[in-house]
Amino acid sequence: MVEKIQHLEMHGITKRFPGVLSNNNVNIHLDAGEVLAILGENGAGKTTLMNILYGLYQPDAGNISLNGKKVKINSPSEAIQLGIGMVHQHFMLVPTLTVCENVILGLSKTFLVDLKTAKKQVQEITDKYGLAINLDAYVWQLSVGEQQRVEIVKALYRGANLLILDEPTAVLTPQESNELILLLKNMSNQGNSIILISHKLNEVMAISDRVTVLRDGEVCADVNTLETSQEALARLMVGRDMAPCRRDSEFFPGKPILELQDVFAKGDMGTDALAGVSLTIREGEILGIAGVSGNGQKELAEVIGGLRKVSKGKIVLNGKESTKMAPARIIEQGLGYIPEDRLHVGTIPSFSIWENLILKDHHQPPFAKRSLLQNRVIMSHSSSLVEKYGIKTPSLETPTGRLSGGNIQRVILAREITRNPVALVAAYPTRGVDIGATEYLHSKLLEARRNGIGVLLISEDLEELTSICDRIAVLYEGKIMKVMPVEETDERLLGLLMAGIVE
Amino acid sequence: MSSRSRGVFIQIVVLLAALVGALLIGAVFLILAKSDPLKAYGVMFTGPISDKFGITETLVRTVPLLLVGLGIVISFRSGIINIGAEGQILAGAIGAAAVAVSLPDMPAVLLLPLVFLAGGLSGAVWGGIAGWLKARLAVNEILSTVMLNQIALQLYLFLIRGPLIDPKEVSYGTGVPQTASIPQQIWLSRLIPGTRLHSGLIFALLLAVLVYFFLWRTSIGYRMRAVGAGPEAARYAGIKVEWYLILAMALAGGMAGLAGAVEVTGVHHRAIEGISAGYGFSGIVAALFGRLHPLGTIPAAVLFGALLLGADMMQRAVNIPAAMVMVIQGLVVLFVVSSDYFLKNPSFLTHLKAKIFGQKVDGEGGK
Ligand SMILES: Nc1ncnc2c1ncn2[C@@H]1O[C@H](COP(=O)(O)OP(=O)(O)OP(=O)(O)O)[C@@H](O)[C@H]1O
Ligand SMILES: [Mg+2]
Repeated sequence: MVEKIQHLEMHGITKRFPGVLSNNNVNIHLDAGEVLAILGENGAGKTTLMNILYGLYQPDAGNISLNGKKVKINSPSEAIQLGIGMVHQHFMLVPTLTVCENVILGLSKTFLVDLKTAKKQVQEITDKYGLAINLDAYVWQLSVGEQQRVEIVKALYRGANLLILDEPTAVLTPQESNELILLLKNMSNQGNSIILISHKLNEVMAISDRVTVLRDGEVCADVNTLETSQEALARLMVGRDMAPCRRDSEFFPGKPILELQDVFAKGDMGTDALAGVSLTIREGEILGIAGVSGNGQKELAEVIGGLRKVSKGKIVLNGKESTKMAPARIIEQGLGYIPEDRLHVGTIPSFSIWENLILKDHHQPPFAKRSLLQNRVIMSHSSSLVEKYGIKTPSLETPTGRLSGGNIQRVILAREITRNPVALVAAYPTRGVDIGATEYLHSKLLEARRNGIGVLLISEDLEELTSICDRIAVLYEGKIMKVMPVEETDERLLGLLMAGIVE
Repeated sequence: MSSRSRGVFIQIVVLLAALVGALLIGAVFLILAKSDPLKAYGVMFTGPISDKFGITETLVRTVPLLLVGLGIVISFRSGIINIGAEGQILAGAIGAAAVAVSLPDMPAVLLLPLVFLAGGLSGAVWGGIAGWLKARLAVNEILSTVMLNQIALQLYLFLIRGPLIDPKEVSYGTGVPQTASIPQQIWLSRLIPGTRLHSGLIFALLLAVLVYFFLWRTSIGYRMRAVGAGPEAARYAGIKVEWYLILAMALAGGMAGLAGAVEVTGVHHRAIEGISAGYGFSGIVAALFGRLHPLGTIPAAVLFGALLLGADMMQRAVNIPAAMVMVIQGLVVLFVVSSDYFLKNPSFLTHLKAKIFGQKVDGEGGK
């Protein structure tokens, strides 16, 4: 049995990557039963620090001690042996195995697995923390929130009593997030230590005992949660006061720019993911799509972008029917699109920043003349965008996949907005993005609206929707429940509609 | 040393280590085959560089390896794996030879480009078939290219034994399966008199530069790399992914086809049996060894040209079965491909760098 972690200390941690000092002399400490939140803007070095603790990276300087003893953690398996568990943003589960099989995977010392005893042990853990989960269900049947719970059980089963969670709620619905917060509280009450990375200040306030704030790789504050406030934390992170964006009340929408008429489309499973969606987006307005993700949001964005076939119905973009147009033609017609999967759809991770900035325009002047790339023009264009959109990067040649999440989003935003679209589809644009960048993104969307662009904003964040949208539509099981002006909405009504309940 | 040149240096070290590893295991096989590995490797490594003959013969083998390798670079960079270069070489060789022997009186300025065009196009069609099958019917390109190799081989044999066989072979009754000799005016000039080194080398080197330029400086090359590196993002950006898969395979096939045409016009002066000589497979290794970079493939092709020649010489000198040479080549392939794992492992690289340069340096990944 592992010795229980009573006290963790990371001291003087420094980690350098080519061109960036990701962690600079960082100190953190944590006691048993404590919940430590790590806050910081995108690229502040939070994930790097946790990867060091979990043995994925070696620090260039500094050391880690557990219960007063210095330890060297060379790999995740050594971290697990010491009682440290980590839940990554991308789950590492085998979909075709059951929950129980996934939990015990790779742990059996004998050739034959004693599933019965193992299952009893797993059951003990889930009972102890009140984790509602069916051990015999297959992982592919589970929702994202449930899969995350499996990851947590996996870590606990391996004896973890210090759990690291990197932006665990970024992928969860609001309700699932609340459940997770309760679970984490319960776990810490039973003596486990938890390190939580999150951009959502309300969650941080609700669950943590202490907050360590990182800025540009350095610790800039370490405060008790009780002695601080959301505003104070925001100021510490960003280094200035935050002014949440609100739309101006003047609202002069123009002619319809993007229309969906009774659109049907199949999802990946072959069932109707969109079942008769009708929407109209006008110039100079932001139409919000509220709803729990998985109710057709992804498919909605994809049919508009021409990436998914419409099985019935009609889409009109900028006065022309675009239902059957190829993606290239739709882009030409003036559609901007910020996709949900920013790393693999919005960008090519191994391509450099400048290559990603011309992803949609690499073939036309001024970036290409007679099929020859005009490197000088491209470089000066890219460096001006990097500056204008505040993309933090060591150089234009840096592969985009190495940037932090918020900076990747800025690359996409810079590209999509400078193309001067007539309509812009933005799917979860602020997921996992820090509050400074969120504010910036909102201001850009509002600027687009002022410039007469019709914006379709898909989001799960009701606060985001109600603060910048003109109208909100609720999507439930592939159908639009209701479309209403934002003044007529409130959280309760939206919540009911999102659950498919009409009053 | 700058961080970048250090990175390149590390890559070379790892690749050479892989090579040494392969040869060590190869030595075990040599001992099993009852020959002296020291003597065998001695011949293998000194033979190709000891005299004019060795060097020029190395370069003669470099030409088809480089051409095939360039095609491999294009296809792998575009995200499609081409195992079909053997068949594409044969298609190119027979296409080139057929055009050449049927227009014996045409002046070289017209005929030579025409013959190269025929070779390139035949290879391109043969490669393009696999690309089309992949893009339209989602047929795995590894399976289809391997199958197409078989079909190409049988068709090729049929043609040089039957319809295209040298009439002289028939009238003399010897029946060696080969086409008639191609018109002398399009024999590629010899760069060094008295050797087989021909001007195809210059052609291949120029093409390497051209492929580099194409992939990194043109918008079509950009698209092909985008399709390979991020197919979903490419589709999202309006790039017709399927079409570029077909194009990539056609270009790869075209390169291999040109290799066939060069072998016909530069070395054999006719299409003979076994003209592809395994270049279609070794070319893949050369491209991988060159880190899938057109210019990196140049030294890699020279290296593998020397290895092939060295293996031939070794076989003669210490009298081991030809199969043993294949074993050693296969080992080299396995080791080189596996070394990729180490080149992509940042902590291993950091470790190695610290060892070599004796100081702490940045933990960057391979290029
Ligand atoms: N493997 C790597 N190679 C090079 N640079 C890296 C690597 N990992 C992280 N970085 C850089 O280190 C810095 C810190 O990144 P990190 O992922 O730790 O930020 P973060 O605080 O987790 O940000 P986010 O909130 O966006 O997730 C960034 O500038 C990032 O580009
Ligand atoms: Mg992070």
